[in-house]
Amino acid sequence: MVKLVYFAWVRERMGMAEEMVELPASVQTIADLALWLAGRDEGAALAFANPDVVRAAIDKHHVSPQTSVQGAREIAFFPPMTGG
Amino acid sequence: MREAGRTTRHISVQAAPFDLAAEVEKLTGGRTDIGAVVTFTGLCRDEAGLLSALELEHYPGMAEDEVTRVVDEAEQRWPLQAVGVIHRFGVIRPGEVIVLVVTASAHRVAAFEAASFLMDYLKTRAPFWKKEHPADGSSGGWVEAKALDDLAAERWSAAKRD
Repeated sequence: MVKLVYFAWVRERMGMAEEMVELPASVQTIADLALWLAGRDEGAALAFANPDVVRAAIDKHHVSPQTSVQGAREIAFFPPMTGG
Repeated sequence: MREAGRTTRHISVQAAPFDLAAEVEKLTGGRTDIGAVVTFTGLCRDEAGLLSALELEHYPGMAEDEVTRVVDEAEQRWPLQAVGVIHRFGVIRPGEVIVLVVTASAHRVAAFEAASFLMDYLKTRAPFWKKEHPADGSSGGWVEAKALDDLAAERWSAAKRD
């Protein structure tokens, strides 16, 4: 099981802040995971409609879409950051 | 790169406002080796009366970690004697502070450059997101990231390669 956490408009479109999921074997990378999530329902499809925009972190470190999700405990998806 | 001696560091991700003078004093008070202090304070503006508040969402844990990583990098690049970053989250009204960066060094160039670098990197790497609450009570939207902010951050990687 891996914990997924969502922030800002990704959270709103997913309709939840976090969830625990069992990843299918077909999900190897962050990009795979985004694609898999997008296929779940309408909200998720909207959240990942433009997957290039959504950023990801594994265990609180920024990662690229090609990064393996192997061994991840917590995976986050969020829009480009707008702090400061 | 880093000069001998200690770098005083203060990093905080918090809901509460902060006092600029008190924060600078915390970092530099009682020291005689600092020749330059640069501070940057980011405030919430009202967008000509259109905005009643900003709501800052953050990723607890990663926000602190990422700010720390950015501060680590600044310390590697410039000889800093003290560095402080405070970033607030929650509802912030126009006129209130959002973010503070303090850099102290023996000379001004390092302090200026490090403060500028810290802000550019915080904007593009620290996991915070701003939502606008319009003054007319309508439901606001998420602030969009600016391409200019990415460019501002990228110029530091170009500088590193030179």
